[in-house]
Amino acid sequence: MFDNLSNRFDGIFKRIRGKGRLTEADVDEVLKEIRTALLEADVNVSVVRNVVARIREGAIGIESSKALDPSQQVIKLVNQELTNILGGETLKITYASRPPTVVLMAGLQGSGKTTNSAKLAKWFKSQGRHPLLVGADLQRPAAVEQLRTLGRQIDVPVFSDPSDPVTTAVRGLAEARRLGKDVLIVDTAGRLSIDDEMMAQIRQISDQITPNYTFLVIDAMTGQDAVNVAEAFHNTLQIDGVILSKLDGDARGGAALSVKEVIGRPIAFASTGEKLDAFEQFHPDRMAGRILGMGDMLTLIEQAEQAFEKDAAEEAATKLLDGEFTLDDFLEQMQSLKKMGPLGGLMGMMPGMPKELKNAKIGDDELKPVEAIIRSMTKEERRKPEIINGSRRQRIATGSGRSIAEVNRLVKQFGEMQKMMKRMGGMTAGKKGKRKMSSMAGLGGLGAAGLPGQGGGFGDGLGGGAPGGGFPGFPPSR
Amino acid sequence: MNTQSLLLILLVVTVVFGLGVVVLNRRSSGGAGVKPIISEPVVVETPVAQAEVVEAPVVEAPVVEVPDPPKSRWGKTSLSLAGVFGGVRARGGITNETWDDLEEALLKADVGIGVTDELLNSLRGRVKVKEITTPDELLLALQREMTSRLEGADRELNFAQLDEGRINVWLFVGVNGVGKTTTIGKVSAQQAQLGRSLVLAAGDTFRAAAAEQLGTWAERSGAELVRGAEGGDPSSVIFDGIQRAAAKGFDLVLGDTAGRLQNKSNLMDELRKVRRIADREPGQVTEVLLVIDATTGQNGLSQAREFTDAAGVTGVVLTKLDGSAKGGIVFAIETEMGIPIKLVGLGETIGDLVAFNPDEYVSALFNG
Repeated sequence: MFDNLSNRFDGIFKRIRGKGRLTEADVDEVLKEIRTALLEADVNVSVVRNVVARIREGAIGIESSKALDPSQQVIKLVNQELTNILGGETLKITYASRPPTVVLMAGLQGSGKTTNSAKLAKWFKSQGRHPLLVGADLQRPAAVEQLRTLGRQIDVPVFSDPSDPVTTAVRGLAEARRLGKDVLIVDTAGRLSIDDEMMAQIRQISDQITPNYTFLVIDAMTGQDAVNVAEAFHNTLQIDGVILSKLDGDARGGAALSVKEVIGRPIAFASTGEKLDAFEQFHPDRMAGRILGMGDMLTLIEQAEQAFEKDAAEEAATKLLDGEFTLDDFLEQMQSLKKMGPLGGLMGMMPGMPKELKNAKIGDDELKPVEAIIRSMTKEERRKPEIINGSRRQRIATGSGRSIAEVNRLVKQFGEMQKMMKRMGGMTAGKKGKRKMSSMAGLGGLGAAGLPGQGGGFGDGLGGGAPGGGFPGFPPSR
Repeated sequence: MNTQSLLLILLVVTVVFGLGVVVLNRRSSGGAGVKPIISEPVVVETPVAQAEVVEAPVVEAPVVEVPDPPKSRWGKTSLSLAGVFGGVRARGGITNETWDDLEEALLKADVGIGVTDELLNSLRGRVKVKEITTPDELLLALQREMTSRLEGADRELNFAQLDEGRINVWLFVGVNGVGKTTTIGKVSAQQAQLGRSLVLAAGDTFRAAAAEQLGTWAERSGAELVRGAEGGDPSSVIFDGIQRAAAKGFDLVLGDTAGRLQNKSNLMDELRKVRRIADREPGQVTEVLLVIDATTGQNGLSQAREFTDAAGVTGVVLTKLDGSAKGGIVFAIETEMGIPIKLVGLGETIGDLVAFNPDEYVSALFNG
């Protein structure tokens, strides 16, 4: 019953798209849906109220502009609002003139402080710094051991002292100076924001080591309580930024919006996977785009650029549009695609994916039969699947261990895809295709609504593929 | 057209085509969710020969602090929404603001918009027909309604009388950082107190030092720890724990698993395998406890759904209820998924992990 936030927005936007003029009832309906969506995404109740009020205000004058149709304007408004809340800018780290630059990590139990301390250390290393980690979590059994193991993995020294957390932190600072380290990251024990004793302790640590940056680690799955936690830690420690952990989950991450709105400090970093390099500076605009159903386009493109051989990919794409894309090419691209990580994750980032595909939960292994079928074809068959007749079909099925029906379906779908691609290719060549295509586009409004960077162009075309067999539209040439 | 557009087209086509075929195949092979004819992967049994066994230092049950009576322990929590409810009471009658306040209070407790709407709509009906006329009656009715939603579930931990030679296995599953290992430690101490002999199987082979953490708890509760190599196969560690327990005639195996986000299909498949292997003779899985952090918002429902799908969750442990979070997601989990909340964590000590009691929980929400 809980649709993904972006799916829900998809739904709303589909309904209002194409209307020439929004009635007041339309606006109310949209706002109600947006409210529900934000609540289901765990955005704090009070924050939701403010956001909705601001959107309503903006939505009132909407008929007057001629440049965008009303639905596009609402979308733009919501997008701007979310981007604003999420930060508007990226936090820039400035290093202490007298090293080390001291970073204090704080948060609830299980929010991911230890892991993110190590990830942050790795990040500093990639910036050419020399960090020292301090394990001041003497509470949880084996927490220091965990940090030491992580430290070994990223080749960063770890200091700890079994005395008490405050002393450990202070000695860690001295140790960093002695070793000439220029960044010090102090991992602390998880604590409840209402535990006065523990809050006093971290305050004491903070007073003693005077951190340049105090980061609050917040789990992206956190519910309404995120606001209380952020306020309590901010009042005690003066938080400089937030690290949003476990953003690779399927939580909609409303906590990020709430925290930013309530303590007014940026989300500095986001942790996006289990590996120690799955950690990046937070991009508010991307997150807003993702929430809005744009998919996380920029991240996707970055990943694609890393995984695909540029020249080969370009060639393949050109072939695709010329209708010369073969099953061999498909197989090749599939291999590059796999380098980009689990398919499920990619699906989430892609804009306007047919719901049926998004929800199908396809494991990487399930593509193996498809591969097996193609691999059982001869070179010629892969080039021209239309030559596949009864006996060839039988041979392919036996060779791949799949049924004849499956071979048939694959060949048929491929044929349909090629036909479609040819048509697309023709369209993109001439401008007149544009009108037709935006009617196909699942997210036509978004592109024009001015999403960041390249997103605009892509958003114009992508989306709205027919379930299962169809394909999304394509951006007009630019 | 620029390179990026081309790349993206390629990407989308490859994915949509590849996956499209899979989906079509699924559909035609009889309904969604049915996998193609892939034969169930044969699990190669590798019951880690070199799994290290740490002998328990003490066999007798350890000294565990005497738990406070439950009432006072709930008192430690700051569950109360009393502030809001005070405001509701202060009004002479039931107004629009009353409903807004109630809605806000429930939403802030992470009850979720769906359940909140259901609760309030049913009350609105009763107010309309004048069955309820004062704010006090309204609050009482709400409290009853919420309690009754949680009534009737069996919340006992299932220690079954099994056939000769079989051993009860309890698995602990959940996302990262919810407190699985700590919960096992506490359950282990409590079960040891009941006179049961235990093996703790350190199935979290992923997180650095997770086994050490579990080892500390094993020492505290006098249980035996079975661990494998870091990064090793969790199913074999757990299977090894079961065999160890069988060899020694122990009563119960508690299996720890690595935290995993429920949308990671490969990790969820790993968990499926853990469950399958743990059910093999001499083991028998009699309890799969999903550990959920009380700060979790609406994602908790997705956790319950996915973990149940992968591992057949039989009960929920709600941890960290001693913080400022209210854990209202339990209403949705119990009513929509039908999974009982069995234990709640109200503090750091062993005695602070207690049986979930709906009456106490709901009245703590209302009165503190």
